Amino acid sequence: MSNKTPNFLTIPPSPTVDKVGVEERVARFQTRSIKNQSKEQGLKMVLNMIDLTTLEGKDTPGKVKQMCYKAQHLHDEFPGLPTVAAVCVYPSMVAIAKKEVQNSGVKVASVSTAFPSGQAPLSVKIADTKFAVESGADEIDMVISRGKFLTGEHNFVFDEIAAIKEACGVARLKVILETGELVTLDNVRRASDIAIYAGADFIKTSTGKIQPAATMQVTYTMLMAIRDYFDETGIMIGMKPAGGISTSKLALHNLVMVKEILGDAWLTNEWFRFGASSLANDVLMQILKTKTGVYQSSDYFSID
Amino acid sequence: MAKDQTTWEYAPAPEGTGHIKLNKKYNLFIDGKWVAPSSKKYFETINPATEEVLAEIAYANEKDVDLAVKAARKAYTNVWSKMPASERAKYIYRIARLMQERAREFAVIESLDAGKTIRESRDIDVPLACNHFFYYAGWADKLEYAFPNRKVESLGVAGQIIPWNFPLLMAAWKIAPALATGNTVVLKPSETTSLTALKLAEIIEEAGLPHGVVNIVTGYGDTGAAIVNHPDVNKIAFTGSTAVGKMIQKAIAGTPKKATLELGGKSANIIFEDAPIDQAVEGIINGIFFNQGHVCCAGSRLFVQEGVAEKVIRKLKQRMDSLYVGNPMDKNTDIGAINSKKQLETIKKYIQIGLDEGAEMYQSTCELPSKGYYCAPTLFLDVAQSSVIAQEEIFGPVLTIQTFRTVDEVIQKANNSPYGLAAGVWTDKGSRIFNLTTKLKAGVVWANTYNKFDPTSPFGGYKESGFGREGGVHGLSGYVKLS
Repeated sequence: MSNKTPNFLTIPPSPTVDKVGVEERVARFQTRSIKNQSKEQGLKMVLNMIDLTTLEGKDTPGKVKQMCYKAQHLHDEFPGLPTVAAVCVYPSMVAIAKKEVQNSGVKVASVSTAFPSGQAPLSVKIADTKFAVESGADEIDMVISRGKFLTGEHNFVFDEIAAIKEACGVARLKVILETGELVTLDNVRRASDIAIYAGADFIKTSTGKIQPAATMQVTYTMLMAIRDYFDETGIMIGMKPAGGISTSKLALHNLVMVKEILGDAWLTNEWFRFGASSLANDVLMQILKTKTGVYQSSDYFSID
Repeated sequence: MAKDQTTWEYAPAPEGTGHIKLNKKYNLFIDGKWVAPSSKKYFETINPATEEVLAEIAYANEKDVDLAVKAARKAYTNVWSKMPASERAKYIYRIARLMQERAREFAVIESLDAGKTIRESRDIDVPLACNHFFYYAGWADKLEYAFPNRKVESLGVAGQIIPWNFPLLMAAWKIAPALATGNTVVLKPSETTSLTALKLAEIIEEAGLPHGVVNIVTGYGDTGAAIVNHPDVNKIAFTGSTAVGKMIQKAIAGTPKKATLELGGKSANIIFEDAPIDQAVEGIINGIFFNQGHVCCAGSRLFVQEGVAEKVIRKLKQRMDSLYVGNPMDKNTDIGAINSKKQLETIKKYIQIGLDEGAEMYQSTCELPSKGYYCAPTLFLDVAQSSVIAQEEIFGPVLTIQTFRTVDEVIQKANNSPYGLAAGVWTDKGSRIFNLTTKLKAGVVWANTYNKFDPTSPFGGYKESGFGREGGVHGLSGYVKLS
């Protein structure tokens, strides 16, 4: 983990990003042909990188418990499957989730900082974060103040992230940029650099509440920021695309991108996550197909 | 770092070759028939990735070329020049559609014969070749709009000689505008890559094109010379080396033959400090390693502004290491095989010259297959403007890197070459792009991209990179007489 003293002035200028060039590069990742054992291995990695998520106003303890069970028992009929990486819930559900997944290796992640809008004063955001950590959250998914970012108050965004990082204590901090509201890839890149230099352990694309979310173009841009930071400092930062990745194919293309930009070292759930709710079942369906040769009805896979 | 790091490798994903049909032996396509060469000689065409023989190809001599030109003349006089332009267009459209239907077969054969990756032949060469036929088919009955207030006439018989780097695409670049403007054709593909041109002949047969409108004669340089020197050829279209281009110009001096020559290049790719660096790095990679560097407009001279040089070079090396070099038929291969043993030797010779000149070399850390002709992606640092490797066309995956400080300096250095085919400019600043595009002496200048081709866009060179334009409305003028 990093031992840096955050200082806004230490952030190097962010390179410009050419959208057309990014689209072209991303299209190349999508022409990679992933077959046979690479496909099977890749799909299992995907399962193991999922942050199984429920973030709704209507969440109940019962629903969270069901999801936590699924996180540890993805499809018991098929032995040898990994668990997901974490469950991701609101702070009020952290204690429940923590109890359900204890000793399974599955982490509990909690959104905080007035998720999803982030429209609250810093004191509330810090309290929100501390509550989640004290309830047992291993990881905190915070949102940045997009309004402040868009009006050019980048140092405000930086200071806020640094403050939340401090409130996290030992919990790992994922910083959600909400790229759908930042609009341009230049903004995505700048926000990534700010988050990384302010102390993010992970940078994350979206809340899942705003479209577009984790497009490959956006994830690519953020991965390049991680790459540059690693080359500069030797410190690894994690990446979490969230929202909109619901098929195995898209998930595998994301892995291809991580592998080719950051290398195999990032291909573990310590450094790469998918924030998704419906992806797991599609991956399970594909894995079973590699075994049986046929697709099974979606009724055979539990919906939580 | 993760302790027990797993690696995730891509399983082989070879494109199938079961669906293609290749003959053991190919004759010449003259006057709508497949005829044996009067020399009775055949030569082998091999797969440069495996060194296996793919087929035997007829070796045409002067007699065969004479037959082909006579057939083309007869077809021109009796049929093609008299046919209504809208009817000509239908034939060209038909060729385009038939090619499209058999795109996969063309892509596979192109990769087998030329060593280029299946990804490129499938996604670039073949679709572009089809599009050239579609595009020029559209012009056939609209020539008076291409040249307003002029009388447009065809020239007659066009002799066309094409290179081995984009065999099918170059055939399309040559044949499509010639047919659209009402000329007939004698085409000679390169001796190392005849197969897709011969496959195209099969399609021309299938399309029912009148006999003799397109003739394909295969062979070596002397076959090409016979076309150039034939007295009844009205126009020579050549794509290839500058040395041969000069020979052609000498040969046709004093004759009424028209010519368009698309020759070599040593194109500058210029990266400014404010460029989108990661996309520029992709552009450099694509500029020099596309088709193993066998590209006349390859961005083989890289100029990087001092402030970002270190970063760009570091990223370039990283990106080079992530390229998959190997079996061209694997869908995941980025860099395929060098087209021929001879070309590989040429490239190696230049790499040695670079080392002897004292430049610092970096090569991809990839493992090369033990069989076949391969060259690792290579770059040279600390290259001087006066270095041989920065002056001569290598036609392989070898990049030279120089740094610069000011705009004027880089314009001067970029233009300081006998060639002038293409250039690339990478900057976030629009005004700078326009400043450079007007001052760079190159037929094509790409801004924030490289190696982009489109049938609607003219292509051709300044200075020793040749003259005449191919593609777009400009591409018609090489095949018409205006009055």
